[in-house]
Amino acid sequence: MDIKLLNKISDYIWEIPPEGEMRVPGRIFGCEAIVEELDDNVVTQIKNVACLPGIQEASIAMPDAHWGYGFPIGGVGAFDPEEGGVISMGGVGFDISCGVRTMRTGMTREEITPYIQKLVDRLFAIVPAGVGSEGKIRLNQKQIDDVLTGGAKWAVSNGYGYKEDLRYIEEEGVVGGADPAQVSETAKKRQFKEIGTLGSGNHYLEIQYVAEIYDESVAQVLGIKRDDILVSVHCGSRALGHQIGTDYLKTLAEASRKYNIPIHDRELVCAPIDSPEGRRYFSAVYAGINCALANRQVISHLVREGFSDVIPKARISILYDVSHNTCKVEEHMVGKKVKRLFIHRKGSTRAFGPGRKEIPEEYRTVGQPVLIGGTMGTCSYILTGTETGMKLSFGSACHGAGRAMSRTQAKKKWRGDELLKGLASQGIIVRTHSYSGAAEEAPGAYKDVTAVVDSTHNAGLAKKVAMVKPLACVKG
Amino acid sequence: MYETFEHRADIGVRGYGKSLEEAFENGAKAMFSVMVDIEGVRPVETEEIICEAPDIEILFVEWLNNLISHAHLSGKLFSCFKVEITENSLKGLAIGERIDKNRHHIMTEVKGATYSNLKVDKEDDMFVAQCIVDV
Repeated sequence: MDIKLLNKISDYIWEIPPEGEMRVPGRIFGCEAIVEELDDNVVTQIKNVACLPGIQEASIAMPDAHWGYGFPIGGVGAFDPEEGGVISMGGVGFDISCGVRTMRTGMTREEITPYIQKLVDRLFAIVPAGVGSEGKIRLNQKQIDDVLTGGAKWAVSNGYGYKEDLRYIEEEGVVGGADPAQVSETAKKRQFKEIGTLGSGNHYLEIQYVAEIYDESVAQVLGIKRDDILVSVHCGSRALGHQIGTDYLKTLAEASRKYNIPIHDRELVCAPIDSPEGRRYFSAVYAGINCALANRQVISHLVREGFSDVIPKARISILYDVSHNTCKVEEHMVGKKVKRLFIHRKGSTRAFGPGRKEIPEEYRTVGQPVLIGGTMGTCSYILTGTETGMKLSFGSACHGAGRAMSRTQAKKKWRGDELLKGLASQGIIVRTHSYSGAAEEAPGAYKDVTAVVDSTHNAGLAKKVAMVKPLACVKG
Repeated sequence: MYETFEHRADIGVRGYGKSLEEAFENGAKAMFSVMVDIEGVRPVETEEIICEAPDIEILFVEWLNNLISHAHLSGKLFSCFKVEITENSLKGLAIGERIDKNRHHIMTEVKGATYSNLKVDKEDDMFVAQCIVDV
């Protein structure tokens, strides 16, 4: 985009001045190079979100922003129900509460090296992944309702993990206010066999080592040090989330007309938060969040089983679990007032600064862990939330690298089998159910995650703590 | 006639037809061609689909989304479609077979059809129905 059209606030913060029907300015985070590369469509999307009723402060885009549906992916919008604020499908997306969970293993790189091949084979065998994969758990109607109200807590009380795990998950593993009655029968049925499955596309399970520490004291608080082995899981609410998305797309399209909400893009279909349709969608999204939290909890249990089969002395503990496609109710300072706002994060991670009561006590002085997934050939990052982020982005940060190339282009450019051979020669073992899926996820098809994370750090949204590199990856 | 088209993160599906119905049928073929080689899907079992929407464009998205959920719940793939449209309601048949992992190589999971690049229109003598699907 033409950077001259923006007001430069600092080297990493840019503003789109309000024009036309924009109620607030647009705010883009990123270094000059990242902002120059931004697609003009992303700028249009930021402006369109700024026009929605009840939006607070700014329509925000993270350094990994790319062209999404209504909201940019990497978009954040806060809405006040008392000012006619809306809840929008475009601000949540189809994969409700897709997110990243990172676990410690109690092992070092040196200790794990002799077992790595066997370990990844075992995890590939027991963690269902890929299109059409089914989990071992079969749910009925009553049980699915329990998942939707119980989240990860449901999983733990059914034997998948320990009570202690829950403390290190956003919302302590379960959001209150989910209403299974607002989720269609079709959505529930589609989930009967899908709890505990990774899915496909950009979802993965990765064995990683801590390659670099940027802040020793914070790393110590998070319980990690150089060469520690971690396991990260990236997945979401599976078919249930997708179906909630498609069901409410139509409901919200009708609501937008009924309430005469001026939307500039049909993908921004929405309803007033304080309307029957808005309340229904919100409680369905919360049900979707609980489904995703339960899903990642069951997968963690499978990871524990896999490790215990191969390396019995490994001890898996949860570092943290973040979601990056959500709409949540949170309290934030706006001006001098604390407001109860509905924060949409579409491809953006919650990144609460130090002191917030939502953060587990052990981490509260350093801020919430922010887990940023890279690609299978590059690296991922662990950051912590900041006070600045609370002020600038409603406590939000980036979520990943962001695609730079379409799936079709990626498949033309790379062949899955050759790509995997190349990664193997760099010491990264990839096991996949689909070579074409792997080609779509080629590291070169993504933006540079390091540039994205550096911009997030330099803008002050979150602070770098550690960089981790992949040793092995299970792809869907 | 059907085709797919590029979109930065996802993929577009487009169906052409001499009638609105044919454009919808071919749009569905385009979507299933994203998932699998539809030439290899035998038209042996039929599912009935009924949906409605506030307008004809949203009806196209509803049609595709109903196909996704029917395919998932029945464990089938579809390759042949028959559609009747009355105003903004649709009665359709999706014909295909159960997924056989030995014969059907599923390339991509489609999460949902979206309102992005959504268009149902008549261009010269041809009807066209298209949208982006989230994969």
